[in-house]
Amino acid sequence: MNTCDFDQFKGSSNYVTSEPLRNAVNVSIALGRPLLIRGEPGTGKTQLSHSIAKGLGKKLFTWNIKSTTKAQEGLYVYDTVQRLNDSRFGDKNVSDIKQYIKLGKLGQAFTSPEQIVLLIDEVDKADIEFPNDLLNELDEMSFYIPETNETISAIHRPITVITSNAEKELPDAFLRRCIFHYIEFPNHELMEKIVKVHYPDIKNNLLHEALKTFYSLRQIDEFRKKPSTSELLDWIRALLASDIPHDKISSEIPLISALLKKEQDYNHLVNTYMTRVGDNFVIRRK
Amino acid sequence: MLTDFFYTLKNRKVPVSITEWMTLMEALSKGYISSLDEFYYLARAILVKSENHYDQYDVAFQEYFKGIEGPAEINQQILDWLKDPAIRKTLTEEERALFKSMDFDKLLEEFEKRLKEQTEQHDGGGNWIGRGGTSPFGHSGYHPGGIRIGGQSGHGHAVKIAAERRFQNYRSDLTLDIRQIKMALRRLRQLSRTGYEDELDLDETIDATCKNAGELEFIWMRSRKNAVKMLLLMDVGGSMDPFALLCSQLFSAAHSSSHFKDFKFYYFHNCIYDSLYQDIERRGAVSTDHLLRTMEPDYKVVLVGDASMAPSELIQRDGIINYYEHNETAGVVWLKRIADHFTHSVWLNPDNSNYWDSMSVNMIKKIFPMFELTLDGLGEAMKKLTVNK
Repeated sequence: MNTCDFDQFKGSSNYVTSEPLRNAVNVSIALGRPLLIRGEPGTGKTQLSHSIAKGLGKKLFTWNIKSTTKAQEGLYVYDTVQRLNDSRFGDKNVSDIKQYIKLGKLGQAFTSPEQIVLLIDEVDKADIEFPNDLLNELDEMSFYIPETNETISAIHRPITVITSNAEKELPDAFLRRCIFHYIEFPNHELMEKIVKVHYPDIKNNLLHEALKTFYSLRQIDEFRKKPSTSELLDWIRALLASDIPHDKISSEIPLISALLKKEQDYNHLVNTYMTRVGDNFVIRRK
Repeated sequence: MLTDFFYTLKNRKVPVSITEWMTLMEALSKGYISSLDEFYYLARAILVKSENHYDQYDVAFQEYFKGIEGPAEINQQILDWLKDPAIRKTLTEEERALFKSMDFDKLLEEFEKRLKEQTEQHDGGGNWIGRGGTSPFGHSGYHPGGIRIGGQSGHGHAVKIAAERRFQNYRSDLTLDIRQIKMALRRLRQLSRTGYEDELDLDETIDATCKNAGELEFIWMRSRKNAVKMLLLMDVGGSMDPFALLCSQLFSAAHSSSHFKDFKFYYFHNCIYDSLYQDIERRGAVSTDHLLRTMEPDYKVVLVGDASMAPSELIQRDGIINYYEHNETAGVVWLKRIADHFTHSVWLNPDNSNYWDSMSVNMIKKIFPMFELTLDGLGEAMKKLTVNK
């Protein structure tokens, strides 16, 4: 029972984790399997890998996935156009294919002399088949380049974190190889901790009022986009800068544009829950 | 045996596979866990791959581990103690061999037995755990503090967490939100090459360059885009009122899904007759006949409605529910025309399928493939819309 190498990840100073999340990270590190992270937008999925890198003192490689990204790009790109172009002028040795092979993020992670943290961000943005194309590479942590007859295999298995917004369903075969964790929306208690990490000097009164307002806003199901953690942090920063009296926070919801990003949501709030007093809107008393 | 847990999960419809189970065994054999709490999270991280299944996992976990529901903290203390190498040193050779022979499965099994015993005999103080003689729990005497039974539990433990069933709302067979609907709608795609020629066709370029005696010649091609066009027809008002929120979510999802080549929507009340309407108040009438004549058959048609109405509304002339309107052609004929004109169409019913027994539902079911308006149903419907005919 060697637990000494298990509890590697303990969080870092600027990122608050829950125990299940820490466990999931440690399991994934110990078993050398990719960690798949899902959760609402703004719950810190991407931040997690930064925190792992920082907490373990390792370098972070980020592979941002876009709708046009192909799996091959992560491994290597063979720049044929450049080679063709060079062949016309003859100033380079075009028979040396190696110089036209450029390693992608995954390739770089494999060839790195030290263990690194690899973040594959928003894997579901890409084509549905994308994760399947990476199965073997993530399993074996190696791939073959036919052009140069070379096999690139990982010197150290990178600690792989994959984030997903659940926009597309991921293939089962891919899921089977991952450790999965769903980041729940933080509860009141955890949120207090999170805010305090970002604003250590915040007054309790302000924090309390802001969180109360925030969580009551989140209960309105009709919103197209509910405010999330990152929006709360922005809002609190604005509140701190503006010196608005604390008692007004829950009644008037000042600077609400930091929380609600859609016109319809704002209108819905004003029409359903607020009433006009002078120049301002105030939450109606029930 | 712990293996039963695997089957409990399967029974509860958590899609676990042997691969994942073996991974869990690997993790267990490396001894990463020291308590049931940790086991709960470890097994969940490895076995469950979607928050949609967290609830089923919780239910299965509760079912399997219910015997250990009570003093899980003792479990942790014992395991902590068992793990402690300092104490193991004080064991005799024989005891150490015994210790090794106990694997986690057995430990849990043994544990469950002990705990059952405890409830039967009520709490007999601190000695029941010592009675095992040959069981690993029996060595508690070596522990300086001894093992206290029924100590206060400081933190929520696994079975309790499972019992809370916090993930009930994530079950895919129960709820839908805009994002989830969008995700389901994304399955509706057929990629075809359209638009500007902005992608380099490498093979053709090489061919052309060769023919050009090595002088570079670039050949471009069109990039792949989704060619799916969607027509959404929604029932509004009357018996659909309870489902208004759900329907508006479906609408927002479809409307804001940018990946359709074209998206059209119309409303109707109960059944489709001569006209369809452009808004919920049923204003801006468009002749159904006109639509059928002008729209290409390759639109994917999604009808949403509870399909519950008086049979007369469906099969009679002038059966239309609105008193001031008339219809020359019976509703069922219009529905049939729509089904015949478009190559792919489905009917989504927000009502629970257990209640699909009225005459009108049965008739419409024969015209359109009908699915429940749940995430699963929507997924099935989208599949139906993408099959080639």
